[in-house]
Amino acid sequence: MAQPRVIVVGAGPAGVRCAQTLVEAGLRPILIEEGRRDGGQIYRRQPEGFKRAYAALYGAEAAKAEDLHRSFEALRPKIDYRPETLAWNVTAGTLHVVHDHTHTETLRYDALVACSGATDRLMPVEGWNLAGCYSLGAAQIALKSQACAIGRRVIFMGTGPLLYLVASQYVKAGAKVLAVLDTSAFSRRLRALPALAARPDVLIKGMVLTAALRQAGVAVHTGVTPLRIKGTPEAGVQGVVVRDGKGRELNFDCDAVSLGYHLRAETQLADLAQCKFRFDAESRQWLPTIDVDGRSSVAGVYLAGDGARILGADGAEAAGRLAALAVLSDLGHPVPQDKMTALRRTLEKMDRFRLGLIQAFPWPHEQAATLPDAAVVCRCETITAGELRRVVTEMGGCELNRTKAFSRVGMGRCQGRYCGHAAAEVVAHAAGVPIEVVGRLRGQAPVKPLLMAALEATTGDA
Amino acid sequence: MNAGRFVRLAETARASVQLQANGRTISALEGDTLMVALLGSLGHLRHSEFGDGVRSGFCLMGACQDCWVWTEDGERLRACTTAVREGLRIVTNPPEVSWPNPA
Repeated sequence: MAQPRVIVVGAGPAGVRCAQTLVEAGLRPILIEEGRRDGGQIYRRQPEGFKRAYAALYGAEAAKAEDLHRSFEALRPKIDYRPETLAWNVTAGTLHVVHDHTHTETLRYDALVACSGATDRLMPVEGWNLAGCYSLGAAQIALKSQACAIGRRVIFMGTGPLLYLVASQYVKAGAKVLAVLDTSAFSRRLRALPALAARPDVLIKGMVLTAALRQAGVAVHTGVTPLRIKGTPEAGVQGVVVRDGKGRELNFDCDAVSLGYHLRAETQLADLAQCKFRFDAESRQWLPTIDVDGRSSVAGVYLAGDGARILGADGAEAAGRLAALAVLSDLGHPVPQDKMTALRRTLEKMDRFRLGLIQAFPWPHEQAATLPDAAVVCRCETITAGELRRVVTEMGGCELNRTKAFSRVGMGRCQGRYCGHAAAEVVAHAAGVPIEVVGRLRGQAPVKPLLMAALEATTGDA
Repeated sequence: MNAGRFVRLAETARASVQLQANGRTISALEGDTLMVALLGSLGHLRHSEFGDGVRSGFCLMGACQDCWVWTEDGERLRACTTAVREGLRIVTNPPEVSWPNPA
């Protein structure tokens, strides 16, 4: 009898551990990866020929990064690995992929495990459409993957543990970091301590980072309200203005801003596979519904890693392994119950920590209410907060997909990845309704822009 | 302005690669993404279609599509996920497209 066909999407921590677990059970999964190399975003590998050591690239996480990369290398001859391949649609039992932007293929599956990861979560601020404003993840990728800083004088603004991590990586690499401007008040961190204590090692690493930043002369302000990013349309970013926790206005001159408010799950494949979603009240984002092992609401579709909920790299490795065991169990393979129980326990601990992080570094949704009318919300289509509010008050566009149809918010090149959450908050505040009533932008195929030639070729296959 | 937006902090011993940006020869390093190659010398990658100024990319992970540039032949490239190649001829404004007229 032919082997069941299992497809894993994403060669980050979740995808690699998932594929590894499937191989250990005697399967030969297909592993689809959009990038050139494995590792995902967090353990992103530098290009061949670069010479920096693991410790320089990944700091305290060097051993974990190296272990994941070595595991992948051992795995590679035992799987059907497809790098530079975008999974752009899911229809019943079939994954649609395109390799190198041109070669399309449809792949039937018995089980699909989407380990699609996350992107930065963004709250707009006036001027964030100026050249030189990058996402927090972008600043880290520039350094990790290309040994570059995003500018000569860099400000880190937003909230979350990644803000401090990337800022300290910049300092260590010799970049000029002027300030870390955190929207979360320090008191929140103290209140979140009981939950954060679920992972004391991570908690301590965070405290060490902050101390090191201050020691390096970086101004660290907590409880700030971003007011605007200054600059001109031609020159780009020239400065940042915030209000600090005591109500004082602080001005910084800089040529680059790295902006990020923790992460949002990449859920388009789950959406296209018609998985059910639930509103996660703690993080104020819609997430696909999964059971404890990663089964979605659709038979044969499994979700693991940050694409299902934001647990970070360690959580992703555990979730990838557990989802693979769930696949194996559903396909009738014997699976070690004790291993599943241990992985579930690990994930419970990670989830307690996740809730602690949300308490300590909350998504500042209230900023959406005070965002000036002139501030751009959707960078792709240049749609302002004022235009969104008009759609609400004059056209009754209070459900996000209707708001999109009326205003084009989220209709552009990034397909709402970077404005979707904030646009929903602006609409909710303007309409005076709870955020969950506004809903979420529906995922559409293709999940990223494709060449028309590639799409035509696919129609021919079907 | 000859100063670019990005600053190299390490890994500068790589072989150099020459390419053209808007008709001017610029120097980059083997292993650079096209984005790093361009922003080592330029301040931006393209102009917003909606008149709010220049853009220089945003996410660097192939998700936002803000870093599209074009070859002189009209091929669109996502600068953050494309490796630089010797002799590339890049423009930061989309080349004129002549639409076929079937009438």
